[in-house]
Amino acid sequence: MALKMVKGSIDRMFDKNLQDLVRGIRNHKEDEAKYISQCIDEIKQELKQDNIAVKANAVCKLTYLQMLGYDISWAAFNIIEVMSASKFTFKRIGYLAASQCFHEGTDVIMLTTNQIRKDLSSPNQYDTGVALTGLSCFVTPDLARDLANDIMTLMSHTKPYIRKKAVLIMYKVFLKYPESLRPAFPRLKEKLEDPDPGVQSAAVNVICELARRNPKNYLSLAPLFFKLMTSSTNNWVLIKIIKLFGALTPLEPRLGKKLIEPLTNLIHSTSAMSLLYECVNTVIAVLISLSSGMPNHSASIQLCVQKLRILIEDSDQNLKYLGLLAMSKILKTHPKSVQSHKDLILQCLDDKDESIRLRALDLLYGMVSKKNLMEIVKKLMIHVDKAEGTTYRDELLTKIIDICSQSNYQYITNFEWYISILVELTRLEGTRHGHLIAAQMLDVAIRVKAIRKFAVSQMAMLLDNAHLIASNTQRNGICEVLYAAAWICGEFSEHLEEANQTLEAMLRPKVTTLPGHIQAVYVQNMVKLYASILQQKEQAGEKEAAQEITQLMIERLPQFVQSADLEVQERASCILQLIKYIQKLQVKEVPVAEEVIALFAGELNPVAPKAQKKVPVPEGLDLDAWINEPPSDSESEDEKPKTIFHDEEQRHSKPRHPEMDEEELARRREARKQEQANNPFYIKSSPSPQKRYQDTPGVEHIPVVQIDLSVPLKVPGMPMSDQYVKLEEERRHKQKLEKDKKKKKQKKEKRGKHHRHNSLHTESEEDIAPAHHVDIITEEMPENALPSDEDDKDPNDPYKALDIDLDKPLADSEKLPVQRHRNAEALKMPESEVPPVEKKSKKPKKKEKKHKEKEKDKGKKKEKEKKVVEEEEEEKKEEDLDFWLSTAPPPGSAAQPQSGPQTSAAVASEPEGVKKEEREEQQEEEEEDEGKKSSKHKKKKHKKEKEEKSKDKKKSKKKHHHSEEEMAESVQNGTLDDEPLPPMSSYRLLAENPYIKTTYDIQGNLQNDSQVTVSVIFENKSTSFLKSMELNVLDSLNTKMLRPEGSSVHDGIPVPFQLPPGISNEAQFVFTLQSIVMAQKLKGTLSFIVKNDEGSTHEKLDFKLHFSCASYLITTPCYSDAFAKLLESGDLHMSSIKVDGISISFQHLLAKICFHHHFSVVERVDSCASMYSRSIQGHHVCLLVKKGENSVSIDGKCSDPTLLSNLLDEMKETLSKC
Amino acid sequence: MQFMLLFSRQGKLRLQKWYVPLSDKEKKKITRELVQTVLARKPKMCSFLEWRDLKIVYKRYASLYFCCAIEDQDNELITLEIIHRYVELLDKYFGSVCELDIIFNFEKAYFILDEFLLGGEVQETSKKNVLKAIEQADLLQESQNEDWGATS
Repeated sequence: MALKMVKGSIDRMFDKNLQDLVRGIRNHKEDEAKYISQCIDEIKQELKQDNIAVKANAVCKLTYLQMLGYDISWAAFNIIEVMSASKFTFKRIGYLAASQCFHEGTDVIMLTTNQIRKDLSSPNQYDTGVALTGLSCFVTPDLARDLANDIMTLMSHTKPYIRKKAVLIMYKVFLKYPESLRPAFPRLKEKLEDPDPGVQSAAVNVICELARRNPKNYLSLAPLFFKLMTSSTNNWVLIKIIKLFGALTPLEPRLGKKLIEPLTNLIHSTSAMSLLYECVNTVIAVLISLSSGMPNHSASIQLCVQKLRILIEDSDQNLKYLGLLAMSKILKTHPKSVQSHKDLILQCLDDKDESIRLRALDLLYGMVSKKNLMEIVKKLMIHVDKAEGTTYRDELLTKIIDICSQSNYQYITNFEWYISILVELTRLEGTRHGHLIAAQMLDVAIRVKAIRKFAVSQMAMLLDNAHLIASNTQRNGICEVLYAAAWICGEFSEHLEEANQTLEAMLRPKVTTLPGHIQAVYVQNMVKLYASILQQKEQAGEKEAAQEITQLMIERLPQFVQSADLEVQERASCILQLIKYIQKLQVKEVPVAEEVIALFAGELNPVAPKAQKKVPVPEGLDLDAWINEPPSDSESEDEKPKTIFHDEEQRHSKPRHPEMDEEELARRREARKQEQANNPFYIKSSPSPQKRYQDTPGVEHIPVVQIDLSVPLKVPGMPMSDQYVKLEEERRHKQKLEKDKKKKKQKKEKRGKHHRHNSLHTESEEDIAPAHHVDIITEEMPENALPSDEDDKDPNDPYKALDIDLDKPLADSEKLPVQRHRNAEALKMPESEVPPVEKKSKKPKKKEKKHKEKEKDKGKKKEKEKKVVEEEEEEKKEEDLDFWLSTAPPPGSAAQPQSGPQTSAAVASEPEGVKKEEREEQQEEEEEDEGKKSSKHKKKKHKKEKEEKSKDKKKSKKKHHHSEEEMAESVQNGTLDDEPLPPMSSYRLLAENPYIKTTYDIQGNLQNDSQVTVSVIFENKSTSFLKSMELNVLDSLNTKMLRPEGSSVHDGIPVPFQLPPGISNEAQFVFTLQSIVMAQKLKGTLSFIVKNDEGSTHEKLDFKLHFSCASYLITTPCYSDAFAKLLESGDLHMSSIKVDGISISFQHLLAKICFHHHFSVVERVDSCASMYSRSIQGHHVCLLVKKGENSVSIDGKCSDPTLLSNLLDEMKETLSKC
Repeated sequence: MQFMLLFSRQGKLRLQKWYVPLSDKEKKKITRELVQTVLARKPKMCSFLEWRDLKIVYKRYASLYFCCAIEDQDNELITLEIIHRYVELLDKYFGSVCELDIIFNFEKAYFILDEFLLGGEVQETSKKNVLKAIEQADLLQESQNEDWGATS
């Protein structure tokens, strides 16, 4: 009873719980906003209470409101409070709220770091789980950096529940903090073989996601994934792996060959559509990347197309859609295979689902041929008429244009038809793609000379009916075609039959309602029209008609002069004055037409896109240098022939009128041409000169078009283009008959001297000759254009940062940051924090060695393959991708997954020749029991096992060596995975007294060329408590400790933790330095308070911090060719040393130099090795190390002689200790 | 997966889970746009649509639309499978789930989703395991509640 009372009061305390809130909102549909603002006020009150349960309830309600779209960022701090509740119930709500509303901009997010860390290490797996889940939603770069190490530790958690979450969240951490990828990757890779399938699948997920973005770094994992693929039965995992292979194969075609078989097997066997679809997609990707040398190549494609057909025929719209989607991928490389399913695809055009129709449209692109283009487009035009939504109609429109214009109008046999189609498209209402149609009209009219006459007549019609097009403001998009129409009519006005009428159409008052840029084109082109009419009339001697037309212009132009559009106004007023001047001349009966038309002489040729960009800058050309001295007069600016302006007219008119001084003009033109001819960088215009100005000597080669005048320009009631379809059929029929009569081939290819014509009149595979000879003028391109056509990649790609080489050995500097400066936690877990990092930095050492060997024997491998192979090489064979790829394992190699690596290794170790013979045999055997294998095979297996054993032995031996040399003081040898390791020996003793021992290590910082980080480990050797530790150094001129802003150079830096007895912890201090060519020593003091039962004493410990030159170096790998180039460059100074009495092996010696002096091995041949490193300030250091009987000589080259000699001295010291 | 949205036939958002960092403004914009687009589609249409540079996979269960955004190379069919899995999980957990269950227990719906997907990737493919994890977490919650009720 009492309990009930208490509970009741609690319930009252929660004024409303979530259910009440939801119900309340549903009951206040009319004044929802008001009700919610009330609720928010209540929530604010609740949040002020101390009771965490009330707070949690409030936060829960806020989370609901957040979903409804209300801002709850003001409660971020309360959310954190709830997150840090000790009870799971509340913690869960807190993390949920955080994951829903925290983002990178949330400022309080940094306060969560310690709480999350605490939860991550909670003994309760659900606390950890909830923290991981939350973190995956709001991880920021800072959180990622600070928590990466903790999460990595969790990847080896005992519970698979935590492991899989930790593995998945690592992907988010990598994205936010790319530096963590390399240190964490080895462990991630381990998880691919985790005993728990969930963890394994999580690891596959993460690596696949990583690899999809930057496949090249993951090629070396291919064998491992291949094994997984052939052994896994989990479709989720399979899909990921197969997707990964799809990303890898373009980089390594041999991988594709290996994949085809297992993939086709899967396609045949699987019943899961998602897997089938993924397989088909990947097979397509593989086949695209393969050259067509595959024997069963077409069979695979056939299989895919077949399966896709089944998908498309399925009644499930989803499968239909995806089938079409995948089909379009095949289309790109194997159009023939897809074309055979034309019927099906055309059928899909009538599907009721628009998205399916759109997909089918995509495919049409590849379906067309000369034969069926008209038919298909006709069908599409019907769809255009029927289409309801504008989006779909616009899509149809662009598709029609795409289909027709593809590969330089390859499939168009009749351009009149195409122009008619374009004109028909202008009747579309409300399309956005007017500019597309316009561009096509311009392109065709310019490039297909033969069609100009027809095009001009159609355009004139458009201009005449401009009121239809521009009448409706809604149809604004389409009025762009008037731009093209006006230009075409003006530019090719010589083809106009009723020029007067067109001119009048262009001068209508209605035109002034068009957009400015179109009016401007109108104004410019009406002058062209005017000029050609003038000439026509003058030649015909109709002086009055000529004057009339001038008068018309003078009357109508002022409406454009008043235009608000600058361009229109300027052109109009200029032209108006010009025409007024012409009128004066006309009155004087001076013939002017020739001169007016000269204004527009010359032909415009299309220039290829990017033509300018592709002109290479020739050697020795300085684009910034003056070609001539800066001009003293305007003479050289030939584009503005000032002198031809008549002085007389200047007084009363702003725009000047050109005086047609024919001689001068000609002379100038000639001079300019001369200049251009001598200038190799001038993009030459076509030599075919002024169109009608002279009697076009350059155009005889243009075939005269016989336009079939039986085609009326407009057929009432019937779209005009349909006429062409009929005509075309008839024509083809006739052609065929004719052909049968006289089999005479015609092939013409015309090439102008400067000006290329691609004749389309070739016998097509379908034997359809174009309706008339058509020249397509190719776009002009500078002669020496570069083929490069690289489009820059998006620099903002978030995945770019993860493009990291993972095969490179880890450098010492690559550690995950371990929590250091945070006091609160330091007390609790000083030791347990460090181990994973230590272990990481140890692993790569092994790898490094392998890496070296890999490089060494890459070259030799091929010849050696058949010889008896050395053990050392054998060791890494299963990892060697090249080798793995060069010997395709039989498809069943994974039939015994339990013996996975051995089996594939056994197969892999077979010599190439034997493999081929045995392959078939093996395939059969593989299906049978392992025991029944041929004796030959068995023997091999035995041998392999033996090798395996000795390899193991060798391996362990090596490991032993490593532990000896790399961890001089360490006792454990680090093979146990989860056991903490003591610090590595790169830490040198700083100072020691009975209370404390300090060791330190110095590392350069790649991001900053004048900073190094000194990591100091403090170890409490006493039984007392050490606190208030403060480290201070006496700065030198060159080297200074980085102190917080505002503190003086004499202030020490507090060590951010205290040390209980027997505990050690590490702190980092940053130093700035100017010169790094010399080693430095800084004196310093560590002060601290010793506290024990007897009281506390103040203690001091002096030390000398030694910055060796090696500590300024950063292990940087270098490839041998780059290394050779560096040595050849001759910028390096040289120096050498020799050390006697060396007893350790060369291998160890190199490892020592790598480890202590931060070098990496470039190449090693027998007892000679080249090594490389780089200083933080960018000095290159190259070494050549040679081992004699028991001596070592080192030749060094470096861009700085002092640095080099100091480095060599340090090395001498290290080596003499050996 | 970039995000998952649940909304009703009336266009009311019932659940949202974002696996990519976006500003609230952007999220709202996307939600509005997508809800409109998806609701405008006819019932016989396929479940996929291209939207911006993403692919949208959606499916309607009773009055609720489940809508996921995936990237270009992702598999649409497996995404449908994910949606279906999630619906099954909700169904098992609530016992023939309806929209109201999700409205009144929206936090539970999130918890289930979080056990199933993490960071946009499938975390656990076994329905049994997901439900087990949820049940145990609920158990933990209840026992704590009792403790709390007793001590206060």
